[in-house]
Amino acid sequence: MPETSRDLQLTADGELRHFLAIEGLGQALLTRILDTADSFIEVGERTIKKVPLLRGRTVVNLFFEPSTRTRSTFELAAKRLSADVLNLDIGTSATSKGESLSDTLLNLRAMASDMFVMRHSQSGAPHFVAQSVTPDVAIINAGDGRHEHPTQAMLDMLTIRQHMKTFSGLRVAIVGDVQHSRVARSQIRALNTLGVDEVRLIAPDTLLPHEPEALGARVFHRMEEGLRNVDVIIMLRLQHERMEGALLPSESEFYRMYGLTREKLAYANPGALVMHPGPINRGVEIESAVADGPQSVILGQVTNGIAVRMAVMSMSMGGQLNERQSGTGEGVAST
Amino acid sequence: MQDIEQLLDRMTDDLRAHINARGLSSLCPVGIRTGGVWVAQALRERLGIQTECGELDITFYRDDFSRIGLHPRVSPSRLPFETEGQHLLLVDDVIMSGRTIRAAMNELFDYGRPESITLAALVDLGRRELPIQPDVTGTHETLGPRQRIKLRGPETLELAVEEVPDA
Amino acid sequence: MKWRVDNVHPVIDGEPAAEATSVLVVDGRITALGADLSGERVEREVDGAGQWLLPGLIDLNCHLPEPGSDRGGSIESETRAAARGGFTTVCTTPDTSPVNDSGAVTHLIRDVAARNGHTRVLPVGALTRGLEGERLSDMVGLTRAGCVALGNGGHATASSRVLRRCMAYAHTFDIRLFLQPENASLASDGCAHDGLVAARLGLPGIPEVAETTAVNELLMLAEETGANLHLGPLSCARSVALVRAAKEAGHSVTAEVGIAHLVATEAAIEGYNGTFHSRPPLRTEADRRALLEGVESGVIDAIVSQHRPSDKAAKLAPFPETQPGLSTVESTLSLGLERVAAGELSRGALLRSLTSGPARVLGLEAPAIAEDAVADLTLVAPEQHWTPAVRSLYSAGPHLPVMERELPGVVMLTAVDGRIRHEHGGDGS
Repeated sequence: MPETSRDLQLTADGELRHFLAIEGLGQALLTRILDTADSFIEVGERTIKKVPLLRGRTVVNLFFEPSTRTRSTFELAAKRLSADVLNLDIGTSATSKGESLSDTLLNLRAMASDMFVMRHSQSGAPHFVAQSVTPDVAIINAGDGRHEHPTQAMLDMLTIRQHMKTFSGLRVAIVGDVQHSRVARSQIRALNTLGVDEVRLIAPDTLLPHEPEALGARVFHRMEEGLRNVDVIIMLRLQHERMEGALLPSESEFYRMYGLTREKLAYANPGALVMHPGPINRGVEIESAVADGPQSVILGQVTNGIAVRMAVMSMSMGGQLNERQSGTGEGVAST
Repeated sequence: MQDIEQLLDRMTDDLRAHINARGLSSLCPVGIRTGGVWVAQALRERLGIQTECGELDITFYRDDFSRIGLHPRVSPSRLPFETEGQHLLLVDDVIMSGRTIRAAMNELFDYGRPESITLAALVDLGRRELPIQPDVTGTHETLGPRQRIKLRGPETLELAVEEVPDA
Repeated sequence: MKWRVDNVHPVIDGEPAAEATSVLVVDGRITALGADLSGERVEREVDGAGQWLLPGLIDLNCHLPEPGSDRGGSIESETRAAARGGFTTVCTTPDTSPVNDSGAVTHLIRDVAARNGHTRVLPVGALTRGLEGERLSDMVGLTRAGCVALGNGGHATASSRVLRRCMAYAHTFDIRLFLQPENASLASDGCAHDGLVAARLGLPGIPEVAETTAVNELLMLAEETGANLHLGPLSCARSVALVRAAKEAGHSVTAEVGIAHLVATEAAIEGYNGTFHSRPPLRTEADRRALLEGVESGVIDAIVSQHRPSDKAAKLAPFPETQPGLSTVESTLSLGLERVAAGELSRGALLRSLTSGPARVLGLEAPAIAEDAVADLTLVAPEQHWTPAVRSLYSAGPHLPVMERELPGVVMLTAVDGRIRHEHGGDGS
């Protein structure tokens, strides 16, 4: 039987060794990621923004789906950890079959890679690699299909914690295309694990999974009801393809029903945080006045993004190395 | 174990002598978490230094990362002053192998190039593995193979020798 | 060849007889049954004490990967596995490579099966050319070449108009149709049951309606055209209900379910376990229960292996890219017996759905342990156990629903046409 996500991601001591999904990780570990990220934020303010943790290690950015933005953040994070970075953009056309995926990765491992940062269009692809192809290379999921995008979610959690100080008592609404969103799946899990009061999904049925409650959230169809008493609003990005797939009539109708305008924002608690993973479609998901308004934290997440990625990369690398060394570690640190 | 107040007094005297001999002005104190910060604060008060105490968390600079991974508890380092061109007073509670000091100095240099670094340690256990020596030391101690020393604080500082539990 | 089984309990209509007896086989037929046949001089005596003698099991849905690539087995390897599983007859699906849409391919399959096969092999031909759902195959030519039925091989026929014409044409020549119900546009790029697990794992789902709308459509078209329709494998409770209603209304439809759907649910794909990637997808526990109930009540006529051997590499990929299907033909009977032991299914219903049920679907007379019956026989030790493990499997496909766990029921001997084709502990040939 394949291992569960939890078994696969953690060492026998409960340390991170791959970072594949939020599902399966406990509150203490998520909190540690956030704490570690806080320390990396401080590192980013120094003259020299680099720490030697991953010196001599090779990190390969494997993007089977293009994303310049996410890839650059990972690249910067790896470089700030002093790792050597190799960027590979492998178009979806070049290799999509499992066999060649395995071959590609085995070749890269032979080049003494220590970590794969992987984005893939198929749900579960990083899980498959960690389990069956290169279990001794730390795998960081940079987004798989519509499954999870755990580093993006942790960055959002860091932002929420910076503004709200705590997760308990919070009501969080996630608005838009939940069905196709890997970010949403990770966010829902992270929010629930970190102990918010309630996670709400606001979307039409076509943009929700068949059994949305399975994700651990309460479903609303209308903004007026879903945003009531909410402390944080997370707007998801709407892909243009959704119109072609007959999931929505038009962008303008989506905006009318689910776009975050000043008027709809008023339903939420005063001072509610407005978040968006970006890039924003103004006038589709969100009104410019809201996006640029005082409650919006859409910009200024870049620092957090690098810090969170540095945290999960160093923690996973540490777990991997620890596991490779297991039995030889001395236990008592020299002073 | 000796009285900490006496040790701190002696260190203060030795530091004054060191400062005078070297002609150092305005030392900026930096303690290594956790015990080193307490000692640094105590020395700062005794020396009448105005500058606030800096706090270093050396987790990201440890040379045992590849053996034991990232330490579970890390909090941001905090240096409330510019280090560039400054005379720094680096303080730790215990010095043994010298690796912590090396990590701390690597970290300090990422903030800028200090003019000088003076090293002070409350307890020197010997057994050095790197060519690093404190300028000022409170006391020298020798421990048994299964013993370690720990500074308790921060209200009242107290040194305690503990038995290391069998692995 | 003349041989005899002694002290054995013949299974009649799914029930082992209380009295043990001896069965004499001469030249492919059962020639005598009786308490004492020891006077007969035979070449082989088999002690059947504590064992059941069943009419040979019949599998209506078994993929034999020949013609095809040489990965994932051959007619030889997979019929050897089938004989070990107690099957004496397997119907092989049309989705070979090339597709079995011409008499030439049918002849090829039959020739290889006659030469290398360990069971009877009854080819099911393709309903449309290349299984593309556009042009009719040479239906009469295929049946004359030896196809017992024509089917879609799990490839949904997208056009209802083509489907209606296939049925009308098949009806004209009294050709049996084996159709797996799936609405292609509703199934779309799905790879798992559109439910709790797929929602969590972020896998594109195949909704239940992808099957039920197709069942409805096929039932309506068969009713109108008079086609002889066999449906399956079914995967959900509502499909069972639809077939039940059709049968109660007097339609002559029959149906099958794959063994995997009786033993596993969507929970099996947790952790992106590609072994359980199957088509139709494994659904909920309620569906599994309803399928078992369908077998029990006879709404579902046959349990099939839906055996689809695939080599290791075919499952070594991200879940959506793994090849659907499990390797089941060696363990179908044992998995069924395990359900019987669990109290989920009666022994009679299980054994009927592997013998008389599929025989009825094929229009064969009810198989029996009786004088003058063809000696397709399966000898089973119900109290013995075995443990499937990759090294000891006959099938080239290592993806079983159960591995490294003990299963009840060991097939001691399988005889086809009086010839012993598998013997437990022997080399099987």
